[in-house]
Amino acid sequence: MTVPPLSATTEPYQATTADPTPVSPRQRTDPRLVVSLILRKLGGAAFVVWAAASLTFLMQALLPGDRATMLLNQQTGQVQERSAEELAPINEMFGFTDPLLVQYLSFLGGLLRGDLGVSYQLLQPVTTVIGDQIAPTVILTFSSLVVAWVIALVLLVLTARRVGWVSRLFSGLEAAAAALPQYWLGIILLVVFALGLGLFPVVGGEGPLGLVLPALTLGLPLAGFLGQTMRAEFERTLDEPFVLTARARGMSDTGVRIRHVLRHALLPGLTLTGWAIGSLFSGAVIAENVFSRPGLGGVLVDAVNGRDLPVVCGVVMLVALIYVIANLVVDTAYVLVDPRLKLTH
Amino acid sequence: MTTTVINPDIETTSRIRPDTAPDVAPAEASLVTLEDLNVWFTDAAGAAHHVVHDLSLDINPGECVAVIGESGSGKSVTARTLIGLTGPNSHIQATRASVDGRDIQRTTDAQWRRIRGAQIGFILQDALVSLDPLRTIGAEIGESLRLHGVGKAAQRRERVIELLEAVGVPEPEMRARQRSGELSGGLRQRALIASAIANDPPLLVADEPTTALDVTVQAQVLDLLAQRKASGTAILLISHDFSVVGRLADRVLVMQGGHIVEQGTAEDVLNHPQHEYTRQLLDAVPSGVTKGEYLTSAKREHASVALNTSPVRTHEVADAPPVLEATGLTKSFRGPDGVTRTVVKDVSFDVRAGQTLGIVGESGSGKSTTASIALGFLQPDSGSVLLNGKPWSELGVSGRRSRRRDVTVVYQDPLSSFDPRWSAEQILTDALEPATDGIAFGARRRQRAQLRDRAEELVGLVGLDPQHLAKHPLQLSGGQRQRLSIARALAPEPDVVVLDEAVSALDVSVQAQVLDLLTELQERLGTTYVFISHDLGVIHHMSDHILVMKDGEAVEYGNAEQIFHAPAHPYTQELLNSLQTMTAHTPRGR
Amino acid sequence: MTTTLNGPADQRSPTQHSTTQKPTTVASQLYSSLQSRRPKSRLRQVPLTVWIAAVFALVLLIASLAPSLLATHDPRAIRLEAPLASPNWEHWFGTDQSGRDLYSRMVHGAGQSLLIGLGATGIGVGLAVIFGAWAGLGGRWADAFIGRGLDVFFAFPTLLLAMVFITVYGPSAPTLILAVGLGTAPGYTRMVRGQILAVRHSGYVQAAEALGHSPWRILNRHILPNALRPLLAILTLGIGQSIVWASGLAFLGFGVAPPSPEWGALLEAGRPYITEAWWLEILPGLAVLATALTATILGKHLESALEGSQT
Repeated sequence: MTVPPLSATTEPYQATTADPTPVSPRQRTDPRLVVSLILRKLGGAAFVVWAAASLTFLMQALLPGDRATMLLNQQTGQVQERSAEELAPINEMFGFTDPLLVQYLSFLGGLLRGDLGVSYQLLQPVTTVIGDQIAPTVILTFSSLVVAWVIALVLLVLTARRVGWVSRLFSGLEAAAAALPQYWLGIILLVVFALGLGLFPVVGGEGPLGLVLPALTLGLPLAGFLGQTMRAEFERTLDEPFVLTARARGMSDTGVRIRHVLRHALLPGLTLTGWAIGSLFSGAVIAENVFSRPGLGGVLVDAVNGRDLPVVCGVVMLVALIYVIANLVVDTAYVLVDPRLKLTH
Repeated sequence: MTTTVINPDIETTSRIRPDTAPDVAPAEASLVTLEDLNVWFTDAAGAAHHVVHDLSLDINPGECVAVIGESGSGKSVTARTLIGLTGPNSHIQATRASVDGRDIQRTTDAQWRRIRGAQIGFILQDALVSLDPLRTIGAEIGESLRLHGVGKAAQRRERVIELLEAVGVPEPEMRARQRSGELSGGLRQRALIASAIANDPPLLVADEPTTALDVTVQAQVLDLLAQRKASGTAILLISHDFSVVGRLADRVLVMQGGHIVEQGTAEDVLNHPQHEYTRQLLDAVPSGVTKGEYLTSAKREHASVALNTSPVRTHEVADAPPVLEATGLTKSFRGPDGVTRTVVKDVSFDVRAGQTLGIVGESGSGKSTTASIALGFLQPDSGSVLLNGKPWSELGVSGRRSRRRDVTVVYQDPLSSFDPRWSAEQILTDALEPATDGIAFGARRRQRAQLRDRAEELVGLVGLDPQHLAKHPLQLSGGQRQRLSIARALAPEPDVVVLDEAVSALDVSVQAQVLDLLTELQERLGTTYVFISHDLGVIHHMSDHILVMKDGEAVEYGNAEQIFHAPAHPYTQELLNSLQTMTAHTPRGR
Repeated sequence: MTTTLNGPADQRSPTQHSTTQKPTTVASQLYSSLQSRRPKSRLRQVPLTVWIAAVFALVLLIASLAPSLLATHDPRAIRLEAPLASPNWEHWFGTDQSGRDLYSRMVHGAGQSLLIGLGATGIGVGLAVIFGAWAGLGGRWADAFIGRGLDVFFAFPTLLLAMVFITVYGPSAPTLILAVGLGTAPGYTRMVRGQILAVRHSGYVQAAEALGHSPWRILNRHILPNALRPLLAILTLGIGQSIVWASGLAFLGFGVAPPSPEWGALLEAGRPYITEAWWLEILPGLAVLATALTATILGKHLESALEGSQT
């Protein structure tokens, strides 16, 4: 895992050239604004999907190496120059020699029909190759997301801003967890709990027991990230005057933490989650590799080794799509937690 | 409403020890008794910081006792002692400290939770941050009820509406569903008060309850608190503002550096202050003091010795040529919601050399936008500004750049206007040199020495020491930073200095010093000011002419004395009334 | 002027740096100053973790420049009589399948691993400065264009972006550097852009404009120094992260080919022996983790030291 790209501290400072316009007390949120906001969000999401697809198309079409030659070499396991006669039927079949625009349009048309092209290696449609293996990866990704949130939330409420050494110890642990390379954590878990203690199967099957270690492998580093981000906001919120007001009403410390402060701390956690979905999918590749789990990981590693660009690009596009959808969900969840509608976004 | 229903699990879990039994109060005892209260904090290194020294006070039912002081005086900590929320690492010791007969030094946390909100209501300043911005105010007020035994949700909802009605919030059903960010400052503060009085506590602790509010709203909120007082609630009022204290308090304690330096009835303390510090604070309030008169005694004495005349300004410069002339300024902005709002509507004024134009208005009145147009940062949609009789607002970006040094600015928050890497000297020399980028090395070194001399001159001019030049703004106090900011504004020898809420963030005694500095600089250098503030008292004290703005319009414009004594527009009258009702309680002790 | 304008209250010690912009938050200022009443950190108050990280960084530096000073064995010396020996007095970190000393191999591999991290971070941050500065300074259209582009690139996780690149060019050290550099560039670009925009809209840039300074001078004197100052900290943090990414790719078999003692190559080479020789995976991974933590600790400390130097 790496440093998340969002940094709450680097948000651009809003210039205050105008007087702050006070919200007129009668003003309620105009439903047209809500609709336009939703349309803008959906439009933005569609744009990202389209641009991601176009980028992967360009990668396939413009990157070095003749695709027909690569395809032939892949299938025969040889590396050699191919004659024009050999290449012609392949070019004919895949349309590699068509003008770029024609290729692009047929690529987009294929996408709309759910066609991601054909694997060079397996000569099967990419959608079939991916579709066969996607379920275990999705299960792994979402269970590790749940693991991460549960760990992060429990530690947050229990340890943030407590007696000096408690907060320090746990924020240190969070930082260390966030820096853990996933493969390494996976190997440690494998060596200790599967090989050493024999608590879990060494080769992860599809059963729930085989899911525990891979989910922890992905979930612990993410929990570290979530914890760090939310802890900062949590401790900042604890200093807010409204926390003092709530305490002055007779609320207990734990009550204030759960009813007031936690809600504020959820917000940066949600933003981070949107980003983390994509990263979890790529992390799943590693976890599946360590625990020999079925899933997209194996497909992807084989495809990269076999230089099977359509499959790699198919996976990339799929993850981009999931990322976009996940972020729409996160945006919705954000509005539920923070109902102050952010029209400036 | 009483709180006979007490959370049962708290009751059973609280340890019952003989020494936690509340002291039985004598019949005539006051509601709050503090005797020789000391509060100190221990920091990470274990060192103690004593913030309240030997403080004693009593509050009787239906009485308001005010603690007044500047930031760092220990007044807020005193307030927090009464609700047991002085925070971690704090230590309290007192010969006697009781609220409603209960010894607060021996109160356990579980007991405190039953007292807070039920026996004692607590009001902080600015409800925008003192109410949870993510929750509706109905939920916030309802929380006070829920915590103290109003069990049924429907019952709570009804009571919340009643409470909002009681504090004068119109359309309470709708307001209860809104969040603090959706309400105006006044309504928010009323909602906060509603949440504090939800369980009808006999004691209210109000820590700067009106500080962030516009003056007209301030008066309304104080009326509300006065009503509570009249109905028998005891109030501990914490404030830095004499006009607020004068309006509400029966007795006043003046705090400085953790010590009570003076106390007595409000009448006595405000009219016949005994202690030097109290007198200083009272004098520092600028409202009602004629322009040109100094606010700090040091300045007054110095001025009368040096000039041997009354420093009251005469208007001999009335015929001076206008430095800045604005005609028909209009500016609109498109908000994030797509609605276009006109922030400045047809505003005209002129400023004559050596004089001060005061622009006064409440938040959102368009005064800062007007300032930005005058500074040439914003282009008006229509209308124009002339600088020294020549076009200014119509100029292009580069044309304006060469004349920018004729109009400089002092902001409210000087710290953010200084490059965080720079020392005071770098800040000043940067402002002094127009361009040295292309100058030869030797000449540059000579010039640097000259600049250093000029910088020293400038800090002297604004009452700073040359040794301050080596310091970073973070190492300076708020007043010193604002002086540095003024020095920078004077560095290019400008024709006009725009002061945008330049003293609003300062404590009143520091504000008085900075205002005196500005007065003195104008006398010595003949500088022209455009002085922007929400504080009519400050504006009246500083200005020759006043422009009153409301909702983007200039509702009144004219001679300062005339506007102050014979306001024509109803809004100006309202502003003055609320100011006068506030200051009527603070007659000057001169 | 004969009297000083300073009154008693003006002479008070400076209050804590307060970012409150509201005119009147006396109480909350007091509250926050009470909350954070902590002495400013100076050299003698540098935390222990930073000292440890600094020492480890020094060890890494020595290992990279003069590995023979630290190595106990020849990293290439094959001892077929002692394959897969667990850690012992002779071989501190054990041996691999050919009986080579793992500790010495890790010492010799440190340089290449660091170089990969450095190169990748250089590419990532370099691209980020170019595009971030373009977005931050190039006006509305440039910013909108790059902002949109960033949205798209964030949909590609770092690891997958790197894999696409490796698919095209085949695994090798330069590919790995480029792949990780490109994969991490969007994140850094966002940071640089945010930084530049924050400075551009800051009060002091407006103050400099009010003084009639030229855009060029404002750029040179304010925007670039203030916006790029955090880069040093970002670079430090980034080296650790890049090494983690690169080793992850190497673990999957997309890194430097195994006979090399580069840490990622060690990880890949040890994978077949995971059931019988845990040290072959755990210890090189530990080196990666320790390097990443060291970089994080030093980077964070640098960040706060740079902020602290303003006082």
